[in-house]
Amino acid sequence: MNWISPLRLHRAGILSMNRRNVDYIGRYNDRSSYPLVDNKLKTKLLAAEYEVQTPKLLQVVRQQHEISHFRELVEELDGFAIKPAKGSGGKGITVITRREEDRYIKASGASVSLGFLERHLSNILAGLYSLGGTPDVAIVEDLVQPSASLAKYSFQGVPDIRIVVFQGYPVMAMLRLATTDSDGKANLHQGAVGVGLDIGTGHSLNAVQFNRTITLHPDTGLPLSDLRIDDWNHMLVMASRCYEATGLGYMGVDLVVDAKAGPLLLELNARPGLAIQMANGRGLLTRLRTIEKLKRPHFTPEGRVSYAMEMFGQ
Amino acid sequence: MTSRSPFFFAIFLLITAGLALAVLRHVELGIPWFEGEQHPVWLVEARIDFQAENRPVMASLNIPDQPPGFQLLTEQAASPGYGFSIIEESGNRRAEWSKRYASGAQTLYFKVQLVSDDSVGGPIPKRPPEAERMFWEEPQATAVREVLQQARERSSSPESLTRELIKLMQPENPQQNTTLLVSGTNYVELLTRMLNHAGIPARIADGLQLEDARRRQRLKPFLQIYDGEQWLTFNPHTGTQGLPENVVLWRQAAVSLLDVVGGSESQVTFSMLRQTVPALELARAQANENGLGFISLYQLPIEEQGMFRMLLLLPLGAMIVAFMRIVIGIRTSGTFMPVLIAVAFVQTSLIPGLVAFISVVSLGLLMRGYLSALNLLLVSRISALIILVIFITTGISIVGYQMGFNTGMTVTFFPMIILAWTIERMSILWEEEGPREVVIQGFGSLFVAVCAYLAMSAPLAGHLTFNFPELHLVILGLILLMGQYTGYKLSELRRFHPMKAYDQ
Repeated sequence: MNWISPLRLHRAGILSMNRRNVDYIGRYNDRSSYPLVDNKLKTKLLAAEYEVQTPKLLQVVRQQHEISHFRELVEELDGFAIKPAKGSGGKGITVITRREEDRYIKASGASVSLGFLERHLSNILAGLYSLGGTPDVAIVEDLVQPSASLAKYSFQGVPDIRIVVFQGYPVMAMLRLATTDSDGKANLHQGAVGVGLDIGTGHSLNAVQFNRTITLHPDTGLPLSDLRIDDWNHMLVMASRCYEATGLGYMGVDLVVDAKAGPLLLELNARPGLAIQMANGRGLLTRLRTIEKLKRPHFTPEGRVSYAMEMFGQ
Repeated sequence: MTSRSPFFFAIFLLITAGLALAVLRHVELGIPWFEGEQHPVWLVEARIDFQAENRPVMASLNIPDQPPGFQLLTEQAASPGYGFSIIEESGNRRAEWSKRYASGAQTLYFKVQLVSDDSVGGPIPKRPPEAERMFWEEPQATAVREVLQQARERSSSPESLTRELIKLMQPENPQQNTTLLVSGTNYVELLTRMLNHAGIPARIADGLQLEDARRRQRLKPFLQIYDGEQWLTFNPHTGTQGLPENVVLWRQAAVSLLDVVGGSESQVTFSMLRQTVPALELARAQANENGLGFISLYQLPIEEQGMFRMLLLLPLGAMIVAFMRIVIGIRTSGTFMPVLIAVAFVQTSLIPGLVAFISVVSLGLLMRGYLSALNLLLVSRISALIILVIFITTGISIVGYQMGFNTGMTVTFFPMIILAWTIERMSILWEEEGPREVVIQGFGSLFVAVCAYLAMSAPLAGHLTFNFPELHLVILGLILLMGQYTGYKLSELRRFHPMKAYDQ
């Protein structure tokens, strides 16, 4: 059995689950702001007000009978994503990449029928994927075409970038790559690869899968050490703007890079996970304390980003 | 950043209040810390025998009223065919039996349970008694005057006078005067008359020497004088002041011990037995009389008490769940599902409960597999699942019963709705995260449930939570304290172990 002493963890500045909940989420995140991030539809509308781009909204299915409209809509579409507005942890998201006559091909390669998708919509409306099982709405979004430079690293799925934003300062970031183990999903605990990113440059620092350090992507075999995200400063500013939009002091911002549209906001998370620390090989706590000690916070997203890039860059 | 010291202070107050109240109640009410503590109790039985004379019968027995050094626990009369009541009049208590018609030998019983309790003093008279005037005939009058004169010279207070008088009256130092007085009269009565003559209120009290398993005992007379505040007891033969240990004063007021109307040859005898009763029952019986008794649940009807017994165990289970999740970091399916399962285990006992739970959930998961193919709306799917769970439990009960396992029946103690939701959640978990996560969460839940069960079914836990409900303040304090725990969970020490590589 492998264990680490709590003293060493503390020295490394690792944020624990309990401390995250009590000292950061509990203290900096206002309950009333939660619906803004727990409901993807609200997030989308809000983001548009703050000039943060999101994938194009194609349709909102609110009632059972509206599923027939969905049938009309998909006639003209090749690729799209169906998401429950109040889903959490990527649950209930179905991504269709292309069509083969009347079969729809999922990101994983499995083909499903229109009936399956309609059933899926009906499940979403009934609240199967929503927090607490409350009735939900389904949103249908344009398919994100990942930019070639990043897409090659990921096995299926779209690589996304998680940035933890504290009081508007981006404090830590990682790139999440789907693998066969994770079944095309970008969730670290399901086996996706997490690549820590240098806040200063967008360069990769370190990569982990199942909590273990790796150097090559397990499926594509590409080295993960010299990976670099383009347009890094812009992405950090986008993430930082979400603070003004939601008022959440401690949140996770998930971005994707679309081949045509550039960086897009995928979703916000008021309870971002702790695995990002493993991907970076660094603890969050030290950085959070640095921001908490700031006597004069910066008022513009740009100011906060440049401060963070200087402070937390390697 | 807000200061946390008021919070910690409040928790400190909660915990100390809980503990202090518990200690106070332990001391004041004698509620024992542990189950099964025993206390000695004396069971005294008065037996009245008489011959009825074919006419209405009325028997009246003087019964103890605040005997010093003892507490009355229970009183009970056994007398077939007789009407019975306890009457209190002008400071003395009497048990009265009555019957319209009786003939032949009659036997009546009166039983009391007494607990020795040193804090109990004798009854304090409402009006101070006064010495009765006595008339003596000669030559006794002169003898009394002279003996009292002697005693008065050697004493300074009513107590010492009494002691000296008793000494003078003993046959070891014979004098003409005393021999004259003692001959032919009741000695103790003589003493009370003499003391009354000397201006000291005095009376006879009848005491019973308590010895285990004695039968056919009679009351022994003791001398009591009133010193202006209370009645003091003296041994009329040795002059020793105070009541000997294990003597209960059955009759204190100067009235008759037994009156029988409509009968003859009446007599009272006493037999006694030393019993032990659980300290808890003792405390319960005494709870009503004490000011602190109002917090206890003993006054509730027995049925409600049983419900509270269960209910008051829940906080313990909740604390264990909180500890397991916050400090240890065990994942469970549904936050408090383990507590409810543990409650069911308490009813079913552990092994049958585990078997029943696992079989219901696995059968349910199989059926849920079919339900998910039906593409139902969530609410109707859960409702269908509830019905299926009821079918499964019924099936298990019937099959178990047919096979001769009565334990199969206990499966009905499981909360059906919770079971249905557990199956639903597990099934979704299976589809989304794979069987591994189902096994981890399933066993996590069961492990926590078993821990909660072990804690809740411990006799000590049941005893403390029910008899010291204020201890829940301590549990509340501990749970609040855990809510502020920001350290690492035990599971995180393992989860983050690869960080060793970066920490140089």
